[in-house]
Amino acid sequence: MALLEVQDLQTHFFTREGVVRAVDGVSFEVDKGKTLGIVGESGCGKSVTALSIMGLLPQPPAKIVGGSVHFEGFDLATLPDKNLEEIRGAEIAMIFQDPMTSLNPTLKIGTQIMETMREHLGYGKDQARKRAIELLEEVHIPNAKDRLNDYPHRFSGGMRQRVMIAIAISCNPKLLIADEPTTALDVTVQAGVLDLLEELQEEYEMAMILITHDMGVVAEAADDIVVMYAGQIVEQASSLDLFDNPEHPYTEALLGALPQIEGAGIREGRLTAIPGRPPDLADPPTACRFAPRCPFSDRNDSCAKEEPQLREVRAGHWVRSAHPACERPREPVGAAT
Amino acid sequence: MSKGALLVVEDLKKYFPVKEGLLFSRTASEVKAVDGVSFEIPEGKTLGLVGESGSGKSTTGYCVLQLIKPTGGSVEFMGKQLTDLGRESLRKTRRDMQIVFQDPYSSLDPRMTVGDIVAEPLLVHGVGSRRSRRARVRELLEVVGFDPGYTNRYPHEFSGGQRQRIGIARALALGPKLIVCDEPVSALDVSIQAQILNLLKDLQRDFGLTYLFIAHDLAVVRSMSDRIAVMQSGKIVEEGPAEEVYEKPGHEYTKKLLTSVPVPDPRLMRERKAERRRVASAAAG
Repeated sequence: MALLEVQDLQTHFFTREGVVRAVDGVSFEVDKGKTLGIVGESGCGKSVTALSIMGLLPQPPAKIVGGSVHFEGFDLATLPDKNLEEIRGAEIAMIFQDPMTSLNPTLKIGTQIMETMREHLGYGKDQARKRAIELLEEVHIPNAKDRLNDYPHRFSGGMRQRVMIAIAISCNPKLLIADEPTTALDVTVQAGVLDLLEELQEEYEMAMILITHDMGVVAEAADDIVVMYAGQIVEQASSLDLFDNPEHPYTEALLGALPQIEGAGIREGRLTAIPGRPPDLADPPTACRFAPRCPFSDRNDSCAKEEPQLREVRAGHWVRSAHPACERPREPVGAAT
Repeated sequence: MSKGALLVVEDLKKYFPVKEGLLFSRTASEVKAVDGVSFEIPEGKTLGLVGESGSGKSTTGYCVLQLIKPTGGSVEFMGKQLTDLGRESLRKTRRDMQIVFQDPYSSLDPRMTVGDIVAEPLLVHGVGSRRSRRARVRELLEVVGFDPGYTNRYPHEFSGGQRQRIGIARALALGPKLIVCDEPVSALDVSIQAQILNLLKDLQRDFGLTYLFIAHDLAVVRSMSDRIAVMQSGKIVEEGPAEEVYEKPGHEYTKKLLTSVPVPDPRLMRERKAERRRVASAAAG
């Protein structure tokens, strides 16, 4: 049994404009010690998926209307708040995109690290303090003992994210959910934070869900990858297989839209843009959600009439499209790398 | 200084004072945001200015346009010394130099309609009649791929990519020669980013525009630029033809930047990670 099993998760927002199906039937598993990357563009439902797992969505307007989230046998989607609170922060921890706003500016770093351990592990003040120093050392913050008494504004963006990570791992969580953990950071700092996450993951045998919009970041850090589009998973595979043989037209287009950093003719060439934009999730098409933007779909196709199901095109490689790359007749593919 | 460059920047400096004390504040020190930057851009070409946050790349862009007054150095644009110009002549020169901002959410006035936003520069500079301005607005919106039927709508009704098109139409309104693009796509999703980058390329080709293209994303800068300057702590540490800077970086910092960019290639990323670990353990042991 996997550590986390998400089955057919459906999270909807009940708004004045109608029901927004932000997450619409998402299933995946995360094994102990592994990293699952969830990648997609704004509004695809990747963050709402994470927040649903954590039970952190404001209800109303949000509501988990279907599916289950099994973590070590408990269904988090139906667990009472009181029990959820014991798991949240202790067993499952989360770090967010913006290290500038997720720390309390009026409390010392030390207080904020110790708070979680005192709450969940019942540590006394001295014990928590000692562990806090160790944690800061583990996330490679120099002069850990002195920095404990500093306020967040004295730390740079990268250092703040390290403090957030220290808080997240303070209770030895089995699962860490990292929502765009390096998006606000400079590239040279980003590499360090990703290395740190991996190092800690090995040490604590922690599972990780890494949510990002950056194909490069998942390529660097994830074992398995889920690509989301318009509230659904459109492709799911191991990292190597996904990048070697992307199957879904959307995944191909996303990779094609990325500017290249090396090669000839970059300046003269045009990027492969994806025309249009994602559908309105308050009124999603009953057909394939990517069909209007898909270069392989036409009006006579099955995908213009009915929604394709997620199916396994080869061992471990799932795709939701009537036109995966492996089933297409050979033709000039505009969207390929 | 070579003849024929549209923009020649020499030894540009911008120091921001750091004040201390509340009541009788005094200047305690200076932050050298831009510290002796020189470059030039020939007409119709793009110089990419790349660097991390705080490197001074945006401040350089603002100083070029005289949106903030440089502490020192010179900015020569179309043969005119911008730092010597008076208010009125600077205002006139602004017709030829425009800016596209990073954030299409906050750079458009939410109380103005799309049509008014795009027409404003024409109005400010007293160009044309009411009727001809309206025609020009439609033309501009069409050029940037925005449905001219929506001129009476407000910015909040549109997505980030559409808003950035409005911002670009506004920058084009007066037929400028130079456009400073300050992180024009960093707030956009990848698929939309590609649309906007293609649009900027098309506009450059069609109107012979000259770009100072500022961004932190190395791949984005590469795809847009003829030459690239790498900034660190207010200084340009390396400048050269785009291909040369990226494929044979001469400065250590450029190398570090280039190897830090995650690319969609898991095997390469694993190699790099292993290399970083080797370096780290060698340094530790």
